[in-house]
Amino acid sequence: MSKFQFPESITSRPVYGTLAPRPGKAHLMIADAEGAEAILDLAAHEDGLMAKTHIIYIPKGTGETYVEKLRALKPAQFYVGPSYPASVQRLRRVLSDAHMGLQVYLAGTEGLMGQAMNEAVTAGIPHSAIQTEHRGSTARRMQCVHCKGITEDVTTDPFVCSHCGLNLFVRDHYSRRLAAFQGVCIDAEDPGNVPPAQELYS
Amino acid sequence: MTIQFNNETFRNDYSFRNSPWAIKRFPFPFHEDSYMYSVNMEQHRGGPAGSVYEKRFDVDEHYLSEMADRALVLADDPLRCQSLPHMTLAGWDVLELIMTCKSEDYPDLFELHRDGNRWRWINKPMGIDHSFTFLDETTLPQGPLEYITRQTQGDFAVLDQRDEMLWMDAGMITTQADWSLDFDIGMNFFEWHAPVPLAHEMGIFQRALKFLLNVQQGAPARRLNWTMTVNPLLDTSPENYHKWGVQKTTLTPENIGAKQHLRVELQTFFRLPRSNALLFPIRCYLIAFQDVVSVPKWGRRLHRVVRDLPEELATYKGFIANRPLMIEYLSRFDDGLPTSPGIWPDLETEPPLQK
Repeated sequence: MSKFQFPESITSRPVYGTLAPRPGKAHLMIADAEGAEAILDLAAHEDGLMAKTHIIYIPKGTGETYVEKLRALKPAQFYVGPSYPASVQRLRRVLSDAHMGLQVYLAGTEGLMGQAMNEAVTAGIPHSAIQTEHRGSTARRMQCVHCKGITEDVTTDPFVCSHCGLNLFVRDHYSRRLAAFQGVCIDAEDPGNVPPAQELYS
Repeated sequence: MTIQFNNETFRNDYSFRNSPWAIKRFPFPFHEDSYMYSVNMEQHRGGPAGSVYEKRFDVDEHYLSEMADRALVLADDPLRCQSLPHMTLAGWDVLELIMTCKSEDYPDLFELHRDGNRWRWINKPMGIDHSFTFLDETTLPQGPLEYITRQTQGDFAVLDQRDEMLWMDAGMITTQADWSLDFDIGMNFFEWHAPVPLAHEMGIFQRALKFLLNVQQGAPARRLNWTMTVNPLLDTSPENYHKWGVQKTTLTPENIGAKQHLRVELQTFFRLPRSNALLFPIRCYLIAFQDVVSVPKWGRRLHRVVRDLPEELATYKGFIANRPLMIEYLSRFDDGLPTSPGIWPDLETEPPLQK
């Protein structure tokens, strides 16, 4: 699957790169869905990397597509989680056990990378040891600025807040602390006048 | 002078009013007949007697009512005041700065008595007489930042400085021009300004950051910023935008003079001694259009600024839809005469309206 090129945007919007192997005693790779492809590409670059790697993988809608391919890389540890929230406790434990020199690789959707980045930074991993690569869906994790509820996997603009039901438009303004973009009421000045939802980046 | 505090509201019946004294000292933000972004910084070392620049933290007739409004906002949404864990010391810096400035600048209203770390703070207008131990959070009813900014007009952002960058790591934000502390906390200077149009391309933020990183202790700086607000609503927060946004549609040719307000921020910048953080107070002043145009120079100038403002700015400041109505109203107070340079009203020297 080809990578999506995000158009240029405002300075709070994250930008993503391409994962590259780095020297390190230990490697932690966290991916969801098509993010598996970035790990497969990375493993093809360098022999010996996987023997020092712990993979945390959340297949989301891709089911079994990538699971066996990842397992075949023979990572030192391999965990397949049913959802990101289900995997967070394990992720925190892994990060709390980490030593100096751990390299972190994040791949997949923006929501996954943002949340895992937050965990890594909170655990004291320096930014310079964390890489990201976007793969797969351009769905966004959105925070409703009004009720503060998070709506996961938003693919249209506007969308309906899954908590308070307001019609929100999708901003590019992004909070790393919340790992979310900001959603703001679209019909506040003209209640009921909600334009039809369009696919993001369509 | 003794200040007569108003009993007024910034919501529901909107009984907020400016006295003739408050109109005359209003910080009119336009020094010429047009407006574009600039790094319009100057030293905050007093100003003309009676002006909003005279004291380090200006106290005016709206003090008690603004503090009552802040308490209502915080009761509804405690997230309007936040401080990341490493910012507590900066909070004490803020408390010390405000208490010393206010007690020195307004000795009839505020007193601070210090005996080592045992402090006694007296705020006469709010009826507070409180003894506490400096740097001991358990002796205050709230954290130091929240405690003192519940007693001080204006919003307060507290910016940590590290890696040659400023970080929005604490604040008390209840009178904001449509930005969310809860969303922006933890962001760096470029990130929290990300939604502002044009200014990034103009290099405004790079230059402003360079200036702010070098603000020194005892040498505060200031600038004015502005936007527009329908009704004298202090809490124009994104959190409540779905409630107040609709008020923008209530303007008519008949009510615009009373309802449409020019909203001016006096922004100041103080280096804090212990934490090396930067205190960024954002003091909001509101004035109805009908009071602006009571000063002939300001009426002429506001018309020209609003009329000629680039579309992106009018959109960003949220009044693009109401601009035609504003121009129509303001044009009645513009006779085409030249205006004197600078922001001051110049009531004695500028001619009255010639039409």
